[in-house]
Amino acid sequence: MHAAPSLVFFTTLSGLGLGLLTWLGIDPTPPTGWVALVFFALGHGLTLAGLGASALHLRRPERALKAFTQWRTSWLSREAWASAAALGVMGLHGLLLMLGVVVLPLGWLGAALALVTVGTTSMIYAQLRTVPRWHHWTTPALFLWLSLTGGALLAGRAGVALGMLPLAGALQLYTWWDGDGRFARAGTSLETATGLENASRPLFPPHTGSNYVMREMAGTVARRHVTKLRAIALFLMAILPVALPLPLPHVLGVLALVSHVAGVLVSRWLFFAEAEHVVSLYYGRR
Amino acid sequence: MTALPDHTDRKLGLVIDLDTCVGCHACVVSCKGWNTQSQDSPLSDQDPYGADPTGTFLNRVHSFEVTPEQGPPQLVHFPRSCLHCEDAPCVAVCPTGASYKRTEDGIVLVNESDCIGCGLCAWACPYGAREMDAAEGVMKKCTLCVDRIYNDNLPEEDRTPACVRTCPSNARHFGDLGDPESEVSQLVAERGGMDLMPEQGTKPVNKYLPPRPRDAWEGETDVLAPYLEPVAEEPRGLLGWIDRTLGKL
Amino acid sequence: MTDQPRIDTAPRVSDEIRKTTCYMCACRCGVDVHLKGGKVSYIEGNRDHPVNRGVLCAKGSAGIMQHNSPARLRKPLRRTGPRGSGEFEEISWDEALKTAADWLSPLRHEAPEKLAFFTGRDQSQSFTGWWAQMFGTPNYAAHGGFCSVNMATAGIYTLGGSFWEFGSPDWENARLMLLFGVAEDHDSNPMKMGLARLKERGAKVIGVNPVRSGYNAIADEWVGITPGTDGLFILSLVHELLRAGRIDLDYLARYTNAPVLLDCDPKSDTHGLFLRDEDGKPLVVDRATGRTAPWDGQGVQPKLTGHIRRAGVTHHSVMHEIAERYLDPKYAPEKVAGRCGVAPDRIRRIAAELARAAFDEAVDLPRPWTDFRGERHESMPGRPVAMHAMRGISAHANGFQTCRALHVLQVLLGAVETPGSFRFKPPYPKPADAHPRPHAVACPDAPLPGPHLGFPQGPEDLALDADGTPQRIDKAFTWENPLSAHGLMHMVISNAAAGDPYRIDTLFLYMANMAWNSSMNTRGTIEMLTRQDEDGDYVIPRIICSDAYSSETVAYADLVLPDTTYLERHDCISLLDRPISEPDAAADAIRWPVVEPDRDVRPFQSVLLDLGARLGLPGMVEEDGSPTYADYADYIVNHERKPGVGPLAGWRMGEAGLTHGRGEPNAAQLDSYIAQGGYFTAHVPEEAAYYKPWNMAYQDWAVEMGLAEAPQPYLIQLWSEPLRRFQLAAEGKGERQPPEHLRGRIAATFDALPDWYAPLSDAHEDPAEFPIHAITQRPMAMYHSWGSQNAWLRQIHGVNPLYLPTWWWEKLDLSEGDWVRVISSHGEITVPVAHMAALNADTVWTWNAIGKRKGAWALDEKAPEATKGFLLNHLIHELLPERGDGHRWSNSDPITGQAAWFDLRVRLEKSAVPDEAQPVFGALKSPVGKGPGALRWRVGE
Ligand SMILES: Nc1nc2c(c(=O)[nH]1)N[C@H]1C(S)=C(S)[C@@H](COP(=O)(O)OP(=O)(O)OC[C@H]3O[C@@H](n4cnc5c(=O)[nH]c(N)nc54)[C@H](O)[C@@H]3O)O[C@H]1N2
Ligand SMILES: Nc1nc2c(c(=O)[nH]1)N[C@H]1C(S)=C(S)[C@@H](COP(=O)(O)OP(=O)(O)OC[C@H]3O[C@@H](n4cnc5c(=O)[nH]c(N)nc54)[C@H](O)[C@@H]3O)O[C@H]1N2
Ligand code: SF4
Ligand code: SF4
Ligand code: SF4
Ligand code: SF4
Ligand code: SF4
Ligand SMILES: [Mo]
Repeated sequence: MHAAPSLVFFTTLSGLGLGLLTWLGIDPTPPTGWVALVFFALGHGLTLAGLGASALHLRRPERALKAFTQWRTSWLSREAWASAAALGVMGLHGLLLMLGVVVLPLGWLGAALALVTVGTTSMIYAQLRTVPRWHHWTTPALFLWLSLTGGALLAGRAGVALGMLPLAGALQLYTWWDGDGRFARAGTSLETATGLENASRPLFPPHTGSNYVMREMAGTVARRHVTKLRAIALFLMAILPVALPLPLPHVLGVLALVSHVAGVLVSRWLFFAEAEHVVSLYYGRR
Repeated sequence: MTALPDHTDRKLGLVIDLDTCVGCHACVVSCKGWNTQSQDSPLSDQDPYGADPTGTFLNRVHSFEVTPEQGPPQLVHFPRSCLHCEDAPCVAVCPTGASYKRTEDGIVLVNESDCIGCGLCAWACPYGAREMDAAEGVMKKCTLCVDRIYNDNLPEEDRTPACVRTCPSNARHFGDLGDPESEVSQLVAERGGMDLMPEQGTKPVNKYLPPRPRDAWEGETDVLAPYLEPVAEEPRGLLGWIDRTLGKL
Repeated sequence: MTDQPRIDTAPRVSDEIRKTTCYMCACRCGVDVHLKGGKVSYIEGNRDHPVNRGVLCAKGSAGIMQHNSPARLRKPLRRTGPRGSGEFEEISWDEALKTAADWLSPLRHEAPEKLAFFTGRDQSQSFTGWWAQMFGTPNYAAHGGFCSVNMATAGIYTLGGSFWEFGSPDWENARLMLLFGVAEDHDSNPMKMGLARLKERGAKVIGVNPVRSGYNAIADEWVGITPGTDGLFILSLVHELLRAGRIDLDYLARYTNAPVLLDCDPKSDTHGLFLRDEDGKPLVVDRATGRTAPWDGQGVQPKLTGHIRRAGVTHHSVMHEIAERYLDPKYAPEKVAGRCGVAPDRIRRIAAELARAAFDEAVDLPRPWTDFRGERHESMPGRPVAMHAMRGISAHANGFQTCRALHVLQVLLGAVETPGSFRFKPPYPKPADAHPRPHAVACPDAPLPGPHLGFPQGPEDLALDADGTPQRIDKAFTWENPLSAHGLMHMVISNAAAGDPYRIDTLFLYMANMAWNSSMNTRGTIEMLTRQDEDGDYVIPRIICSDAYSSETVAYADLVLPDTTYLERHDCISLLDRPISEPDAAADAIRWPVVEPDRDVRPFQSVLLDLGARLGLPGMVEEDGSPTYADYADYIVNHERKPGVGPLAGWRMGEAGLTHGRGEPNAAQLDSYIAQGGYFTAHVPEEAAYYKPWNMAYQDWAVEMGLAEAPQPYLIQLWSEPLRRFQLAAEGKGERQPPEHLRGRIAATFDALPDWYAPLSDAHEDPAEFPIHAITQRPMAMYHSWGSQNAWLRQIHGVNPLYLPTWWWEKLDLSEGDWVRVISSHGEITVPVAHMAALNADTVWTWNAIGKRKGAWALDEKAPEATKGFLLNHLIHELLPERGDGHRWSNSDPITGQAAWFDLRVRLEKSAVPDEAQPVFGALKSPVGKGPGALRWRVGE
């Protein structure tokens, strides 16, 4: 799949923001006043930046509101609702906290909505049978886990983060390992795609230039790049942050966060770039 | 409208005959021509005279090499457009309701004015049947020529998709695949019409007819042998045989 | 329910439909052009049209993009920069026409042959030919010489009609069809419709072709033959059928010259020609009387194996020769298999299948008819074996004889003009000797005494001066290629540049991209077009070009006459040249301006009439000096070739009102055509539909339609006398003698019975050094060079890799994305490759004419067609390499002069990936600018 920068950033940033909001929501002793403002602004800012980036992905952003209409069936529509609700509830929670009013259940509700939002985002991908690599429980699992891990780092919950990072790494590794075989296991091949026994390969392309389908869904990344990038992602996302002498001082905490987020960005890029869509069989691109 | 109807009155679709498709791209271009002038917005082209020409087409024709275990390799031309799936994943994913499946005939359409151009439906479609128009920023797809098949401004015989009307090799057929009596259903039954990517669970309405067996000569030589029993090995013999044979007439 | 959107399922399609004829190729389908707001909005096939019955190919449907191409020329152009720079200034029509007249007028007064007027895939040849004839130059031809003249001549000399455009398989009755070397053909849509029809009926299709794509991909069986060897394969089938006696004796005896007696006296001056009676009629032995009789005598029953003894010599029938020749074990499947790349069993089995289909699945139509010997037949028995062939056979230097061999195979099976087999389309059949002979003697201020092109019957018809100098610039109808019935367009530029046989002044080109894809040796041709003498003058002093688009060739013209597009002019697809007939109907058609040009361009035919009037050409100007015809439309309606016979056969004026076929001009004729969909058909009566050459009902109908002046039944010429006459000359007999160096070749190739010989280039190029055959195929969605300006089509075919068979792919260790150097004895190109398994093991191929010159066609200079696309033409020379005998032999069929495109042999070397396909040519300056950066095509809103 085409790794659109808007989607890579959107999923990463909003995941991070929503993760932070989750931690803020379940914090039994949430910050108040100015500190609350900073944290909630960060959480909302990241999430909104992500949403903004995703709006860039729309070719008709001026009609974006229409995306709220199909929540009964569409994960994208659900995501719209969930993110609006999460931001709304957490906004209210944050506002109250700034004013020094602590309504913990509101935070819990906000946290749940934030997680649901991440979940809906991940389900947009996981629901797609056409992309076997995504069509799996590891997609929501990894999205959620990374969101929470990043959120913890951002929330300054170094201990929790330290505990979550290795698992994030492990989950990521498993996702890759298992994902690599999933296309084959899904049973879709040029033969099923064409109904032709012994179909061996495409010969004449339907068009010699490119088209939307090829650009969007039949891109390929070279194997050797993948291995390198996976190593970089894993190292930045899960190994370097743990290796840094945490907890604190603050500088190192920021470094750990930056490293982790950079790692997630690479991982997210790979998430898209490595995903093979079944349509690419027609183009001989798999 | 992204909920799929649990039932459609008819299942209109195409039957594509891989046995006779010569890969001429006539259907590709007539589709482009018709839909460019009939859809809400034209099917645009970018850099049409430049280094990287690209554009929106709703129908594409591939060619695949088939390498049977026995006999020479083969080539099969393979048109690809929307299959108007019964369980159309492209519809379910659409956040705006722009994509929908009609209850009366099962045609899957995009309502351009509702489309936000998110591209998710194209991801959900296993067959690459949807193309985002780069100029209009909305998703385009085969409409099964819904603006022809019911169009009483057209003579009755022309109320058929543009691609079907134009196909010189009679490789495209249009009809109601929900009606077992229809010509297309019978064709499917006779010729073993098949679904593409059945494992994707989309239940395509369009069907593909497999190529008839090719190069089926192996071992036939014996049956045909008597047809070439020599009557003569040299000219004189042949001329003699001719005289004898003509004499009998 | 529902909340599903309400949509308009019945939009108004257009304001108006205008019916005309497609021009995207020579198939000439009927089109319905939809207009919105006076502009073309959509084009679809005309359902009533006899050619396409509503279907339309990709090119036809993309006509709207052709019509609106940014490469359209806009105004007459005069060259300002050097030739080939593409630098021009726009001038007025008056100036353009005056310039042309000033150039041409002195030529007509002094030496009309100094004008060479050559037209490409011209659909108005009877008009352009007539114009050239009135001008008086012998130097006129259309593109047939580099296209498929082998097909045309072999068919006409043998059967009295050819596969190429004038024949068709009997799609409704055939049980077995053999397709030789066809990728697309001119009859594009009917071919596809027909193949589908065969399959629907369960008939079997066998494709004989080194490449298995397109039609061959859907064939039930594929014979991946080695290029240039079809003749051998076919004669092996003949050998097997003869051995088994699986031939149609009755048919051979009645309708062919198999029973005709030959002069078998080696000492005679007419050795190998027919024995004739006092009236000059070839003789047969009548079975009823045992005596000789003229072949067409009433009630005569020709004896197939007849022979007579005269003055101590036994003269026997052609059938003896056939038996003698083809029973020779050298044609045994085992003997030819290696060369052809087809296993002996395969050959035997295909022969058996032919026999089975022809004789055991014979059809019999219950239609009584009467033959030319007066015999009445109760039915029409048929051999349901259809064959068709095109350039795969034609474009080889042995193509003429190969095609004749194929006709012999058909005829032995009784599979010509019988139900289920091969059928002629009116105005064919026509006996070979009823065609005109060539005319080539130029005389100042006078028309040529007859049409340029014709069918020589012997050395006396050659276009040679008394001293043996060729009369035509292309050296057509000379000893080098005596039967060059379509001229040799591919030799014009090289001969003109060399001043051999003489210098010309003006080269006038219409519809041919000679500076690019239609010439061999493209770089050499470009050099010749720009070659200068010591004084710095061009050796071809003037070039006028009529084109509708900014092609590569336009850049080499001194004066450019911009044509309209096909939707903006009148055209006439006439029974006088290449009509749209079908076996069951004579048919012709028109084009008419369904929209007005939005540029300062004029229809070429009208321009030619204007020029003719300015030059005072006979037939084009009145006594008072005024033009005879206002424009081409006027000509179409009012011109008469013979009394009562004009360009169009429909809706003429008879004594009792409207009539068809013969009749006076009718001022409202074009209106009738337009009202009837742009075409006219006259159905062949049922009893005349088969056995046409021998069927009196057909013969009478043809006369009535104006297709012939009198009934002219004839025999199929298995043994070809014209060929034998040339061979006799080569043997030293007769007045007119070939030059010494050609004697051997003529004796060897002008066999009166077809034989196979290796493509000529095999003797000039070392097959070990150049082990691979390299050929091209037409892409169905592209038309030569003009498809690439089409925004829709070029997305389908923007580049053309060289396809390699598995063996060579692996041997050269290639993978996707690799490039190779392709080296021939003439040149070298470096191009991208792709792997194709369904390919003859020693053949590589690519799509034809995708490669473009930078700057042409209003395309960006970085267009893939110009950076990755390529032509094989750079590797092909019009002359074969020197062989040490002091001659550079022409790379053409020695009989017809047909360009031997597909004899190319190459070797391959893996190459580093270059920036661009090699060779790279400098960019032309575009006289029309570049196309727009985006298209959202919508009109009438
Ligand atoms: N779409 C489209 N249609 C066209 C044209 C076009 O440019 N585009 N051009 C028109 C013109 S001008 C012409 S002349 C016709 C030509 O129509 P075709 O005769 O179909 O011409 P080619 O495409 O040259 O195809 C030649 C075929 O012969 C095969 N071949 C080559 N060598 C041999 C051989 O030795 N033996 C056998 N058995 N096969 C061989 C090639 O593989 C190829 O399939 O098409 C006309 N129609
Ligand atoms: N390697 C290789 N080369 C080949 C062949 C091959 O098989 N292999 N095939 C050969 C054969 S069979 C042929 S026929 C030739 C074809 O080659 P060409 O006859 O050169 O064909 P085109 O490229 O179509 O060029 C025709 C010219 O007509 C112009 N034209 C188009 N429409 C109009 C119009 O309406 N009016 C006017 N005035 N001009 C117009 C186009 O712009 C173009 O410049 O190529 C030959 N070249
Ligand atoms: S028009 Fe018909 S034959 Fe041509 S590519 Fe389309 S389906 Fe195949
Ligand atoms: S083919 Fe694709 S676009 Fe068409 S209905 Fe099925 S899933 Fe949707
Ligand atoms: S691109 Fe348009 S039709 Fe497709 S899912 Fe998005 S909104 Fe729906
Ligand atoms: S049915 Fe209509 S829209 Fe669909 S592929 Fe055919 S021509 Fe195109
Ligand atoms: S075959 Fe195609 S290009 Fe040729 S005349 Fe017919 S529709 Fe036009
Ligand atoms: Mo041609």
